[in-house]
Amino acid sequence: MSLKTPLGRVLGLGSAKEGTDHWWGQRVSAIALVLLGSWFVYSLLRLDSLTYLDVIRFIGMPLNAVLLSLLSLTLAYHSYLGVQVVIEDYVHAPGTKVVSLLLSRFAHIFVAIAAVYAILVIGIGS
Amino acid sequence: MSNSGRPLSPHLSIYRWPITMVLSILHRATGVAMSVGLVVLAAWLMQTAAGPEAYLRFTSTLSTFVGMLFLVGWSFAFFFHAANGVRHLVWDTGRGFDKRDADRSAWIVVGFAAIATAVFWWVAA
Repeated sequence: MSLKTPLGRVLGLGSAKEGTDHWWGQRVSAIALVLLGSWFVYSLLRLDSLTYLDVIRFIGMPLNAVLLSLLSLTLAYHSYLGVQVVIEDYVHAPGTKVVSLLLSRFAHIFVAIAAVYAILVIGIGS
Repeated sequence: MSNSGRPLSPHLSIYRWPITMVLSILHRATGVAMSVGLVVLAAWLMQTAAGPEAYLRFTSTLSTFVGMLFLVGWSFAFFFHAANGVRHLVWDTGRGFDKRDADRSAWIVVGFAAIATAVFWWVAA
Protein backbone atom coordinates (compact mmCIF):
# COMPACT_ATOMS: atom_id res chain seq x y z
CA MET A 1 0.00 0.00 0.00
CA SER A 2 1.22 3.43 -0.92
CA LEU A 3 1.82 6.00 1.77
CA LYS A 4 0.82 8.81 -0.59
CA THR A 5 -2.35 10.70 0.21
CA PRO A 6 -5.28 10.36 -2.23
CA LEU A 7 -4.66 13.93 -3.42
CA GLY A 8 -0.96 13.26 -3.93
CA ARG A 9 -1.75 10.27 -6.11
CA VAL A 10 -4.03 12.14 -8.54
CA LEU A 11 -2.27 15.52 -8.75
CA GLY A 12 -0.85 16.12 -12.19
CA LEU A 13 -2.73 13.21 -13.75
CA GLY A 14 -5.26 15.28 -15.68
CA SER A 15 -6.47 14.06 -19.07
CA ALA A 16 -3.92 15.85 -21.22
CA LYS A 17 -3.04 18.43 -18.58
CA GLU A 18 -4.85 21.13 -20.48
CA GLY A 19 -8.37 20.72 -19.10
CA THR A 20 -11.07 22.27 -21.25
CA ASP A 21 -8.85 24.60 -23.30
CA HIS A 22 -9.37 22.70 -26.56
CA TRP A 23 -13.15 22.65 -26.15
CA TRP A 24 -13.34 26.35 -25.33
CA GLY A 25 -10.92 27.37 -28.06
CA GLN A 26 -13.04 25.58 -30.62
CA ARG A 27 -16.26 27.25 -29.39
CA VAL A 28 -14.85 30.77 -29.11
CA SER A 29 -13.24 30.58 -32.56
CA ALA A 30 -16.51 29.14 -33.94
CA ILE A 31 -18.45 32.17 -32.73
CA ALA A 32 -15.79 34.51 -34.12
CA LEU A 33 -15.95 32.69 -37.46
CA VAL A 34 -19.74 33.05 -37.69
CA LEU A 35 -19.18 36.82 -37.52
CA LEU A 36 -16.02 37.05 -39.65
CA GLY A 37 -17.37 34.51 -42.15
CA SER A 38 -20.61 36.45 -42.59
CA TRP A 39 -18.58 39.59 -43.20
CA PHE A 40 -16.43 37.81 -45.78
CA VAL A 41 -19.40 36.38 -47.69
CA TYR A 42 -21.11 39.77 -47.66
CA SER A 43 -17.89 41.47 -48.84
CA LEU A 44 -17.38 38.98 -51.67
CA LEU A 45 -20.90 39.62 -52.90
CA ARG A 46 -20.44 43.39 -52.69
CA LEU A 47 -17.25 43.37 -54.75
CA ASP A 48 -17.79 44.71 -58.28
CA SER A 49 -15.66 41.90 -59.65
CA LEU A 50 -12.84 39.58 -58.69
CA THR A 51 -10.40 41.26 -61.06
CA TYR A 52 -6.94 42.08 -59.74
CA LEU A 53 -7.63 45.80 -59.34
CA ASP A 54 -10.92 45.34 -57.47
CA VAL A 55 -9.36 42.80 -55.12
CA ILE A 56 -6.32 45.03 -54.48
CA ARG A 57 -8.59 47.99 -53.77
CA PHE A 58 -10.69 45.90 -51.37
CA ILE A 59 -7.74 44.55 -49.38
CA GLY A 60 -6.12 48.01 -49.52
CA MET A 61 -8.82 49.40 -47.21
CA PRO A 62 -7.38 49.17 -43.67
CA LEU A 63 -10.53 47.80 -42.02
CA ASN A 64 -10.83 45.09 -44.67
CA ALA A 65 -7.17 44.16 -44.23
CA VAL A 66 -7.62 43.85 -40.46
CA LEU A 67 -10.80 41.78 -40.74
CA LEU A 68 -9.30 39.57 -43.44
CA SER A 69 -6.22 38.97 -41.27
CA LEU A 70 -8.43 38.10 -38.30
CA LEU A 71 -10.44 35.75 -40.52
CA SER A 72 -7.30 33.99 -41.77
CA LEU A 73 -5.83 33.59 -38.28
CA THR A 74 -9.09 32.40 -36.73
CA LEU A 75 -9.68 29.98 -39.62
CA ALA A 76 -6.18 28.56 -39.19
CA TYR A 77 -6.67 28.17 -35.43
CA HIS A 78 -10.13 26.58 -35.74
CA SER A 79 -8.91 24.36 -38.57
CA TYR A 80 -5.91 23.24 -36.54
CA LEU A 81 -8.13 22.26 -33.58
CA GLY A 82 -10.47 20.32 -35.89
CA VAL A 83 -7.77 18.50 -37.85
CA GLN A 84 -6.06 17.63 -34.56
CA VAL A 85 -9.20 15.80 -33.39
CA VAL A 86 -9.53 14.02 -36.73
CA ILE A 87 -5.91 12.83 -36.55
CA GLU A 88 -6.31 11.72 -32.93
CA ASP A 89 -9.46 9.79 -33.90
CA TYR A 90 -8.12 7.93 -36.93
CA VAL A 91 -4.33 7.72 -36.64
CA HIS A 92 -3.42 5.21 -33.97
CA ALA A 93 0.21 4.27 -34.58
CA PRO A 94 2.10 6.45 -32.06
CA GLY A 95 4.86 7.53 -34.48
CA THR A 96 2.57 8.37 -37.38
CA LYS A 97 0.24 10.19 -35.00
CA VAL A 98 2.92 12.49 -33.59
CA VAL A 99 4.35 13.17 -37.06
CA SER A 100 0.86 13.93 -38.46
CA LEU A 101 0.10 16.30 -35.59
CA LEU A 102 3.45 18.04 -36.06
CA LEU A 103 2.97 18.41 -39.82
CA SER A 104 -0.58 19.69 -39.31
CA ARG A 105 0.65 22.26 -36.82
CA PHE A 106 3.48 23.44 -39.08
CA ALA A 107 1.16 23.61 -42.11
CA HIS A 108 -1.45 25.63 -40.24
CA ILE A 109 1.10 28.10 -38.91
CA PHE A 110 2.60 28.42 -42.39
CA VAL A 111 -0.79 29.12 -43.95
CA ALA A 112 -1.68 31.67 -41.26
CA ILE A 113 1.60 33.58 -41.66
CA ALA A 114 1.39 33.42 -45.47
CA ALA A 115 -2.12 34.87 -45.51
CA VAL A 116 -1.34 37.71 -43.10
CA TYR A 117 1.95 38.52 -44.86
CA ALA A 118 0.19 38.66 -48.23
CA ILE A 119 -2.48 40.97 -46.82
CA LEU A 120 0.23 43.26 -45.38
CA VAL A 121 2.10 43.38 -48.69
CA ILE A 122 -1.09 44.22 -50.57
CA GLY A 123 -2.15 46.79 -47.98
CA ILE A 124 1.19 48.58 -47.87
CA GLY A 125 1.72 48.34 -51.62
CA SER A 126 -1.58 49.91 -52.61
CA MET B 1 -8.91 -1.39 -32.34
CA SER B 2 -7.36 -4.53 -33.85
CA ASN B 3 -9.14 -7.47 -32.16
CA SER B 4 -10.40 -8.98 -35.40
CA GLY B 5 -13.18 -11.50 -35.48
CA ARG B 6 -15.10 -9.81 -32.67
CA PRO B 7 -18.48 -8.23 -33.41
CA LEU B 8 -18.24 -4.58 -34.38
CA SER B 9 -20.80 -2.02 -33.38
CA PRO B 10 -22.44 -0.01 -34.88
CA HIS B 11 -23.06 -2.19 -37.94
CA LEU B 12 -22.61 0.63 -40.39
CA SER B 13 -23.41 -1.43 -43.48
CA ILE B 14 -26.88 -2.54 -42.33
CA TYR B 15 -27.90 0.83 -40.86
CA ARG B 16 -30.62 2.94 -42.39
CA TRP B 17 -28.72 6.15 -41.81
CA PRO B 18 -30.52 8.56 -39.50
CA ILE B 19 -30.30 12.16 -40.74
CA THR B 20 -28.47 13.17 -37.56
CA MET B 21 -25.74 10.64 -38.31
CA VAL B 22 -25.38 11.89 -41.88
CA LEU B 23 -24.96 15.44 -40.60
CA SER B 24 -22.41 14.40 -38.00
CA ILE B 25 -20.28 12.81 -40.71
CA LEU B 26 -20.84 15.74 -43.09
CA HIS B 27 -19.77 18.19 -40.39
CA ARG B 28 -16.39 16.55 -40.11
CA ALA B 29 -16.06 16.04 -43.88
CA THR B 30 -16.88 19.68 -44.67
CA GLY B 31 -14.47 20.78 -41.94
CA VAL B 32 -11.61 18.80 -43.44
CA ALA B 33 -12.56 20.00 -46.93
CA MET B 34 -12.37 23.60 -45.76
CA SER B 35 -8.98 22.98 -44.15
CA VAL B 36 -7.82 22.23 -47.68
CA GLY B 37 -9.76 25.26 -48.91
CA LEU B 38 -7.88 27.41 -46.41
CA VAL B 39 -4.66 26.58 -48.23
CA VAL B 40 -6.25 27.77 -51.48
CA LEU B 41 -7.49 30.96 -49.78
CA ALA B 42 -3.97 31.69 -48.51
CA ALA B 43 -2.53 30.87 -51.95
CA TRP B 44 -5.03 33.28 -53.53
CA LEU B 45 -3.84 36.04 -51.17
CA MET B 46 -0.18 35.22 -51.85
CA GLN B 47 -0.74 35.29 -55.61
CA THR B 48 -2.56 38.60 -55.26
CA ALA B 49 0.42 39.99 -53.36
CA ALA B 50 2.74 38.61 -56.07
CA GLY B 51 1.18 40.88 -58.70
CA PRO B 52 -1.28 40.97 -61.62
CA GLU B 53 0.27 38.18 -63.74
CA ALA B 54 0.42 35.69 -60.85
CA TYR B 55 -3.11 36.69 -59.86
CA LEU B 56 -4.44 36.09 -63.37
CA ARG B 57 -2.71 32.74 -63.64
CA PHE B 58 -4.16 31.64 -60.32
CA THR B 59 -7.72 32.84 -60.91
CA SER B 60 -7.85 31.39 -64.42
CA THR B 61 -7.10 27.99 -62.91
CA LEU B 62 -9.90 28.53 -60.41
CA SER B 63 -12.39 29.55 -63.09
CA THR B 64 -12.07 26.34 -65.05
CA PHE B 65 -14.98 23.92 -64.77
CA VAL B 66 -13.18 21.76 -62.21
CA GLY B 67 -12.08 24.86 -60.30
CA MET B 68 -15.65 26.13 -60.15
CA LEU B 69 -16.83 22.73 -58.88
CA PHE B 70 -14.38 23.07 -56.02
CA LEU B 71 -15.46 26.64 -55.28
CA VAL B 72 -19.16 25.68 -55.22
CA GLY B 73 -18.25 22.74 -52.99
CA TRP B 74 -16.34 24.96 -50.59
CA SER B 75 -19.17 27.49 -50.46
CA PHE B 76 -21.62 24.71 -49.60
CA ALA B 77 -19.16 23.36 -47.02
CA PHE B 78 -18.93 26.83 -45.49
CA PHE B 79 -22.69 27.40 -45.19
CA PHE B 80 -23.29 23.85 -43.98
CA HIS B 81 -20.48 23.81 -41.41
CA ALA B 82 -21.45 27.27 -40.13
CA ALA B 83 -25.14 26.36 -39.72
CA ASN B 84 -24.39 22.98 -38.19
CA GLY B 85 -21.79 24.66 -35.99
CA VAL B 86 -24.49 26.96 -34.61
CA ARG B 87 -26.58 23.80 -34.06
CA HIS B 88 -23.69 22.44 -32.01
CA LEU B 89 -23.43 25.69 -30.05
CA VAL B 90 -27.14 25.42 -29.17
CA TRP B 91 -26.53 21.83 -28.02
CA ASP B 92 -23.71 23.15 -25.83
CA THR B 93 -26.35 25.04 -23.83
CA GLY B 94 -28.09 21.71 -23.18
CA ARG B 95 -31.02 22.39 -25.54
CA GLY B 96 -32.30 20.58 -28.60
CA PHE B 97 -31.20 17.05 -27.77
CA ASP B 98 -34.67 15.55 -28.01
CA LYS B 99 -34.79 13.13 -30.97
CA ARG B 100 -37.50 15.10 -32.79
CA ASP B 101 -35.72 18.41 -32.18
CA ALA B 102 -32.41 17.01 -33.42
CA ASP B 103 -34.06 15.66 -36.58
CA ARG B 104 -35.83 18.95 -37.25
CA SER B 105 -32.73 21.10 -36.67
CA ALA B 106 -30.84 18.73 -38.98
CA TRP B 107 -33.25 19.38 -41.84
CA ILE B 108 -33.18 23.11 -41.14
CA VAL B 109 -29.38 23.04 -41.47
CA VAL B 110 -29.55 21.08 -44.74
CA GLY B 111 -32.18 23.44 -46.13
CA PHE B 112 -30.25 26.53 -45.08
CA ALA B 113 -26.99 25.27 -46.58
CA ALA B 114 -28.64 24.39 -49.90
CA ILE B 115 -30.54 27.67 -50.19
CA ALA B 116 -27.61 29.82 -49.01
CA THR B 117 -25.30 28.18 -51.55
CA ALA B 118 -27.82 28.71 -54.35
CA VAL B 119 -28.51 32.33 -53.37
CA PHE B 120 -24.78 33.07 -53.00
CA TRP B 121 -23.96 31.94 -56.53
CA TRP B 122 -27.10 33.49 -57.94
CA VAL B 123 -26.16 36.89 -56.45
CA ALA B 124 -22.48 36.44 -57.37
CA ALA B 125 -23.27 35.61 -60.99
